[in-house]
Amino acid sequence: MKIHEYQARDLLASFGIAVPAGRMIDRADDAAAAFAEVTKGQASPLAVVKAQVHAGGRGKAGFVKLVRTAAEASEAAMFMLRNRMVSPQTPPEGLVVNKLLIAAGVDIADRASEHGAKEEFYLAVTLDRKARRNVLIASRFGGVDIEQVAHDHPDAIIKEWLHPTLGLQRYQAAKVAFALGFKGKQVNQAVSTMMNLARLFIAKDCDLAEINPLIITPPTKDAPDGLVLAIDAKFNFDENAMFRHKDIEVLHDPSEDNPAESRAAAYHLSYVALDGDIGCLVNGAGLAMATMDIIKLHGGEPANFLDVGGSASEQAVTEAFSIILSDPRCKGILVNIFGGIMRCDVIAHGIINAARNYKQRTGNTFPVPLVVRLEGTNVAEGRKLLNAAAGEIPGMQAATDLADAAKRVCSAVN
Amino acid sequence: MAILVDANTKVICQGITGDYGAQHTRGCLHYGTKLVGGVTPGKGGQTDPNGLPIWDTVDSAVRETGATATMIFVPPPFAADAILEAAYAGVSLICCITEGVPVQDMIRVRAVLDEMNATRSLKGGFGSLNTPRITLVGPNCPGVITPGPKTGTGESPKNTFTNAGCKIGIMPGYIHTHISQAKRKKSVGIVSRSGTLTYEAVWQTSNLGLAQSSCVGIGGDPVRGLNHIETIKLFEADPETDAILMIGEIGGSDEIDAAHYVKAHVRKPVAAFIAGRTAPPGRRMGHAGAIIGGTDDTADAKIAALKTAGVTVAMSPAEMGKAVAEAMGL
Repeated sequence: MKIHEYQARDLLASFGIAVPAGRMIDRADDAAAAFAEVTKGQASPLAVVKAQVHAGGRGKAGFVKLVRTAAEASEAAMFMLRNRMVSPQTPPEGLVVNKLLIAAGVDIADRASEHGAKEEFYLAVTLDRKARRNVLIASRFGGVDIEQVAHDHPDAIIKEWLHPTLGLQRYQAAKVAFALGFKGKQVNQAVSTMMNLARLFIAKDCDLAEINPLIITPPTKDAPDGLVLAIDAKFNFDENAMFRHKDIEVLHDPSEDNPAESRAAAYHLSYVALDGDIGCLVNGAGLAMATMDIIKLHGGEPANFLDVGGSASEQAVTEAFSIILSDPRCKGILVNIFGGIMRCDVIAHGIINAARNYKQRTGNTFPVPLVVRLEGTNVAEGRKLLNAAAGEIPGMQAATDLADAAKRVCSAVN
Repeated sequence: MAILVDANTKVICQGITGDYGAQHTRGCLHYGTKLVGGVTPGKGGQTDPNGLPIWDTVDSAVRETGATATMIFVPPPFAADAILEAAYAGVSLICCITEGVPVQDMIRVRAVLDEMNATRSLKGGFGSLNTPRITLVGPNCPGVITPGPKTGTGESPKNTFTNAGCKIGIMPGYIHTHISQAKRKKSVGIVSRSGTLTYEAVWQTSNLGLAQSSCVGIGGDPVRGLNHIETIKLFEADPETDAILMIGEIGGSDEIDAAHYVKAHVRKPVAAFIAGRTAPPGRRMGHAGAIIGGTDDTADAKIAALKTAGVTVAMSPAEMGKAVAEAMGL
């Protein structure tokens, strides 16, 4: 589960991590007041208006704008709330923007040790699967993608592993702060930022807690070594742990979801939309992936990953069909079931119901060919039910095994 | 005894009165597993519909029955606690079937189990030298089975499928074959991160006249108990296993680590299948652990490492049985 940048900033602040002043607005009318609020006390007012969408490519699309006056802030807000944002990471028709963040502009100190570079850092906590521990990752190259840094400067990535029950220790954070080049009063600020980020990561069951960039502001009279501030942050949460984080769960923005995926989630179906034209309905995640793979091996392209799980009801199976059929690219469906907990007769009833529902809604039989491969628990009963209903589902073929099923559906589609 | 469990293994079920716990308690009894009771806090002293005794705590269940294995069906918020309760009660094989356990819970549980096991191997440490090490299987897994010869229909506890096998978990028992009833008189050990894909592999090997020594579903979560390497090590040492079939998927480095291990230490024939060659990067494919982050997470990287290690890799999920037969020179 992801959250928006303005929510991420609030979360950082609630764990004691310093962020520049900022305010979320959802009406262009509020932009001027928000501008005044976040730039209060600045000698030459500067703020940034940012569209709150999960998709990247905001800057190039014109949905991140530096503004110097309240009028400019209002203008930028009006533009972003009235136009769809189109970037390489959005659907072609773009995304509607409902919320904006107006944050104070901050200057970044020059890095003395590197000519032309600014004091920008990368900081994250995530899971190291191999070590079975959480790991703090830091780099002096901030503001860029960490994968890029790993590729270009692998030596510039510093890691400290968190103890499984004690968490990050202060000496570890200090080691990282010194290695990153923090000096004087910056060190303690950086150490608390790391300690707080690690605390937040565990307390809220994150998959990823990332600050990028973490910056140092130029020296002032009050802060001769500058201030260490988190400019942008990204969080992913462990969905399995949301039962103990109602405060995080409510931050979820359903307008950002793929509608078919949210429909599936409501029935506890695990669904991922893909680009192909062969819809898949499978029980078990591994078998569902393997089914996509075998379709591709036989020259087809899967339209989705769909795991109905071990305990799906007849109704959930019927809903799964309706989700697959709602994809306009779908030209054929492969049902691949190896009954363990899932009984083949439940699947058969689901298929027959789906065909009847479709007929009721449209007056037609299933619009695409359907290949069914059943094996495992109650298979004889499942096959009998489908044979008896064959007249209602004229495009249905029974497959003898997995390879036969893939061959049949690929040739039916092409 | 094949690996991990055999006909004599005494098993309890944690969460025996829940829907899934009750359903699979019945399934295991019907298969022929020596299921001796269950645990549901607050229902101690009662019996389940099969007449099995229920205890409030794992500790009392173990003391009364001498069980050495448990299958856990408690809901995700309580799963980590259930694993630790079993470990401290002296259960040596813990199969956690529950799906949806938070990763942070599993990090802590693994650390505790690793520490308990580390002291068990030290002279004078906590516990004694005779205390068996604790093996965790799962979570988010189908469990473990050591098939026995088919002796009945498996319709009731009076007419079990076998009188010499052990099924701990949710797999359909009847698709498995015991060596005494296999045409080719060879047994395959199967280790897998996926449930239904394992059934598919069992089905294919049975259809080719092969038996299964044991099948271990290690589960689809990123932090878990047994991994591929440890299971392969057990199969390599087991005289009743003739070949090993490993079923992996995208995400994590387990399969690549296993490939290196096989190359250095395994003499038995090994075949493998990796699911998810067509999975898009950055998307979670059902299992919490099935996600491509870096290049080592991809199916192609895993397949390449396995091939380099001399493992016979099935490129199609329909050819897992064929691949292991080929690796055995059949």
